[in-house]
Amino acid sequence: MSQRVRVNPITCEAHGMCAELLPERITLDEWGYPIIDGEPLPEALISHAKRAAQACPTFALLVERDGTRPR
Amino acid sequence: MRSPLSTQTALLERDAPTRLDVGARTLPRLLRGAGADGAPLALDDHIATHGELPLEHKRRRRETSRLIEQLERAGLRGHGGAGFPTARKLRAVAAARGRAIVVVNATEGEPASLKDRTLCQLAPHLMLDGAQLAAQALGADEVLVAVCESASASVETVAAAIDERRRLGGARLRLSTTPPGYVAGQESALVNFLSNGPALPTFTPPRPFEQGVSRRPTLVSNAETYAHIALIARHGSEWFRALGTSSQPGSALVTLSGPVANPAVYEIEHGASLGELIDAAGGPTAGVRAALLGGYAGTWIDGAHLRGVALSDEHLAAHGATLGAGVIALLSDDACPVAETARVARWLANESAGQCGPCINGLDALAATVAEIAAGSAGGDAARRVERLTQLVRRRGACGHPDGVARFVHSALATFEPEFSDHARHGRCEACARPAELPLPAHTHTSARRTAQAVAR
Repeated sequence: MSQRVRVNPITCEAHGMCAELLPERITLDEWGYPIIDGEPLPEALISHAKRAAQACPTFALLVERDGTRPR
Repeated sequence: MRSPLSTQTALLERDAPTRLDVGARTLPRLLRGAGADGAPLALDDHIATHGELPLEHKRRRRETSRLIEQLERAGLRGHGGAGFPTARKLRAVAAARGRAIVVVNATEGEPASLKDRTLCQLAPHLMLDGAQLAAQALGADEVLVAVCESASASVETVAAAIDERRRLGGARLRLSTTPPGYVAGQESALVNFLSNGPALPTFTPPRPFEQGVSRRPTLVSNAETYAHIALIARHGSEWFRALGTSSQPGSALVTLSGPVANPAVYEIEHGASLGELIDAAGGPTAGVRAALLGGYAGTWIDGAHLRGVALSDEHLAAHGATLGAGVIALLSDDACPVAETARVARWLANESAGQCGPCINGLDALAATVAEIAAGSAGGDAARRVERLTQLVRRRGACGHPDGVARFVHSALATFEPEFSDHARHGRCEACARPAELPLPAHTHTSARRTAQAVAR
């Protein structure tokens, strides 16, 4: 079952830690807010993604497993 | 917007009525018997016109409601804009754990739409019938009817209609007045407000069907959708499908505004010709430069193509448009489409709930760039920057507001390419100074946005 990163845009305050810790999936727009590539994470990136989520000061970054939520 | 409630319920049927079956085939359906004097159809007259409320017998547990099956066969889809299949939504609420609650979304925050107000003011009982039937199908004992506090006539008629229905029984009906604002009627914002929160969108999931008002499974549907439910429950799915197209059966309320003799709310059959609708509205009073379909989150269609447009989603798809909540806003040849786009884009940017960075910054930059093009003060790459910004904001808000604004601006740039190029090179045109045509509320809600930011932080 694949995992993906997603951001809660309401709680995100553009600290930008995520883009530093997971540049393979996250870049920043001109205001510092993350642009997320929601493709499934390869095995090698999962621990980096989780670290990025833990590093977010507002806990806005989520690592989600497919099928854990409806639709 | 002028002429709010002239219900010119023109009989806009797709073809000549060749199939002459039961009398109810013709339009109007939703506004039948209503509107002659602009007064709401009182309960007795409503029952005389449409018949008694066909409440179902008690069901055994796990037995699917007959209503849901009827709605499925009818092919009813929501009339709030997204067009989601209504039966599927009811099934999702029915399958969720906990006692369900039903919400009628009559907030109608779309400035170019008046159809839900029209329904509230002329046929409130049909809408309330549908909500109580849906409640019964879901085992819900409470219906919340959400009407914008600024629509005072609707608030009054719905309150009076709820009062009148006390003798009927069924799920308890409660009126809830909501604050104004373009995104206040967005599904999650409405649920948030009805759960004693601010009228601001929330991060989903959970979606309302699983965890809505007071964390209960919640059916949120548009006011008009419930009115269709009330008719399908009475007349059946075959009757419903006798009008419309096979992929979009039934009728719809549409709000036609702009340079026609009688801008008003009309009931049309899905697939009806836009040209005939314009004729039914007394014909054009000026040349039509373009038509905006689906409201300010919608799509422009060039005036050159309007005569051939059929008002159904499968036909409109060829133009990249949908009927959405039934907004058809015509723009005359006299108006400046660039100035109009700049004005609406700024209003929409200010209507951001102010919660999500990409929406706050992206829509502001988008509106500012369009304004620079309109003034002729933008650099040579401004059109490209607009395109880039419309790409940048998509799918990056908690709700669909940035996507809607991006669609509107992108479509304006494509449809009014000659005018945009002209403004980029030469600045304001003669038409820029003319009075604005596209309807916007007198005041904006930038204050709501600041409140939102205070709440969010």
